[in-house]
Amino acid sequence: MDKFTELTAIAAPMPTENIDTDQIIPARFLKTIQRTGLGKNAFAAQRYDAEGNENPDFVLNQEPYRHAEILITYDNLGCGSSREHAPWALLDFGIRCVIAPSFADIFFNNCFKNGILPIRLPREICDELMDDARQGSNSRLTVDLERQVIVRPNGETIAFDVDPFRRHMLLEGLDDIGQTMAHDAEITSFEHRPSRAWVPSITIGTSK
Amino acid sequence: MPVTNSPRTLFDKIWDDHVVERLEDGTCILYIDRHLVHEVTSPQAFEGLRMSGRRVRRPDATVAVVDHNVPTSDRSKPIEEPQSRLQIETLEKNVAEFGVPYFPLRSASQGIVHVVGPEQGISLPGMTIVCGDSHTSTHGALGSLAFGIGTSEVEHVLATQTILQKPAKNMRVSVEGKVGPGVTAKDIMLAIIGRIGTAGGTGHVIEFAGSAIRDLDMAGRMTLCNMSIEAGARAGLVAPDETTFAYVKGRPFAPKGEAFEQACDYWRSLASDEGAYFDTEVTLAAEEIVPSITWGTSPQDVLPITGAVPSPSDVADPARAAQIQRALDYMGLEAGQTIAGTPVDVVFIGSCTNSRLEDLRAAADVLRGRHVAEGVRAMIVPGSGLVKHAAEAEGLDKIFLDAGFEWREAGCSMCLGMNPDRLTPGQRCASTSNRNFEGRQGPGGRTHLCSPAMAAAAAVTGRLCDVRELVKETV
Ligand code: SF4
Repeated sequence: MDKFTELTAIAAPMPTENIDTDQIIPARFLKTIQRTGLGKNAFAAQRYDAEGNENPDFVLNQEPYRHAEILITYDNLGCGSSREHAPWALLDFGIRCVIAPSFADIFFNNCFKNGILPIRLPREICDELMDDARQGSNSRLTVDLERQVIVRPNGETIAFDVDPFRRHMLLEGLDDIGQTMAHDAEITSFEHRPSRAWVPSITIGTSK
Repeated sequence: MPVTNSPRTLFDKIWDDHVVERLEDGTCILYIDRHLVHEVTSPQAFEGLRMSGRRVRRPDATVAVVDHNVPTSDRSKPIEEPQSRLQIETLEKNVAEFGVPYFPLRSASQGIVHVVGPEQGISLPGMTIVCGDSHTSTHGALGSLAFGIGTSEVEHVLATQTILQKPAKNMRVSVEGKVGPGVTAKDIMLAIIGRIGTAGGTGHVIEFAGSAIRDLDMAGRMTLCNMSIEAGARAGLVAPDETTFAYVKGRPFAPKGEAFEQACDYWRSLASDEGAYFDTEVTLAAEEIVPSITWGTSPQDVLPITGAVPSPSDVADPARAAQIQRALDYMGLEAGQTIAGTPVDVVFIGSCTNSRLEDLRAAADVLRGRHVAEGVRAMIVPGSGLVKHAAEAEGLDKIFLDAGFEWREAGCSMCLGMNPDRLTPGQRCASTSNRNFEGRQGPGGRTHLCSPAMAAAAAVTGRLCDVRELVKETV
């Protein structure tokens, strides 16, 4: 996974609540067996018309937002389906940071696991950043994970919170599995607890 | 495990019993008892294992099934859509390579993962259960902690049988009293979502309690927990009780004999203690809940079937007003119109929310001796092969076919339109599924969520209507 340290990039404004993962990537594009290649269909229903032509009114079809690496929205971003294809699609489009007043839990987690930094900030601050983002090519924000600040185009800084464990993993570009496997002995001893004797094993003899 | 004497909730107890280790910042390595795998969210996870030379730690705690993509028409033919076929074949290759137990497409036990798990006794009370699918919350009906995970986490669980998480907050939703005739678990849940909103449960695990919940059978409890995610919750739970034990007993993978009795003793001890702390409490009166239907493009856009669609002019917040307008435009509805009487094109009875035998019986009760209205396409997609067989043994298939319904093979089908069953732009559908997002059932499709009985009533009259009026006619 790519490290996330500091990002200076165009921010796209999407002043909408409840952007669900079906909107971020519709189900018909989930038939892939890869993580990459979903970016062209991110927000497909809003981005393209029935013939597949770009809808010029949609923000990500406009300059400079075609090159956005930061997305700012309103409440409950990423609600609905748990599909990790949603952060994959965002990442493949080029998004590395999403900012909203609140997120759906699974999406929030999925972002971290793919090197996307989700930042929760109060609605008033999201509004200010949304105004920044509306300034077209001047809409560059700097997201500094080391210092935990966002630097606005006018130089003002906004502090944000991030879980220390998640921050560490992003800064170092680490994957969770290797970390957890270091606790193998504890996992094995848990599996042998007598209180777990009732848990049956599953075998399907005739499978296939 | 923390040693504590303070009263704990059902969620706290299951959580505490599965913590392998608590890391410095409070993140826990949580042990997972059951990992259910399906074809859409697993290929990249198995690929990850392969690339890093890892194996599946506990194939005997893992079960795979195909459901999202599968055609629900004749299964003797090959799968037409090449990408669907590729995902299914990829899963088959992966389960063979990693030794994971699997219910193949043509097995009678195949079905929607959230129907199959409980039905087979794979999902049991007191367990932690995950699946790369948000509706894993369904299994919470057994009194287990069950939640959806992303594909990276699927890989993490395959490799380590654990997940990294911090504890959720506790929320209790109590529904007290008795529901009126025609009011089902689906209506209760839609009413709850209408009350707390689609983000109301964020960060929480919801325990459903109260006499109206105790009165529900297991299928009803599954419907309720299934839609916890539509209320934003991580999971939903119902304390295991005698109804639960009677359901679990004798299922193929449930503990047997002595082991079953011991397990029951443990499961009994899991109920929330008197005085346990809930961060949030919500109470609803069962008597006030009426048959419900959604009008908009979010599950919280709920109305009693007797109600009228909202107007943007009713709300002060301009952002909310714009959202209502957008939903009305998408749904092809007028502000302020009554919802009953709206003509439908399609009726879909199925999905992990409402495709169990009890759901099919409820639909059959409405359809017996009636016929689908002219011009309406109506389909029933049972949740599993076993549900299908059981329904046929009771003669329900005959009622459906006589009424003009399609009687299909098990799978997710029109719930998400990944297989060929989908709406065309502008089509309006009364659906027993769980999501009415724009395009969920096919691009441009319009979804009204409701119970199986309400969907059946819509099929018969060709309009969204109050099922109580039809049932009245019968008695
Ligand atoms: S029936 Fe629908 S909601 Fe349930 S698992 Fe399948 S696609 Fe998901």
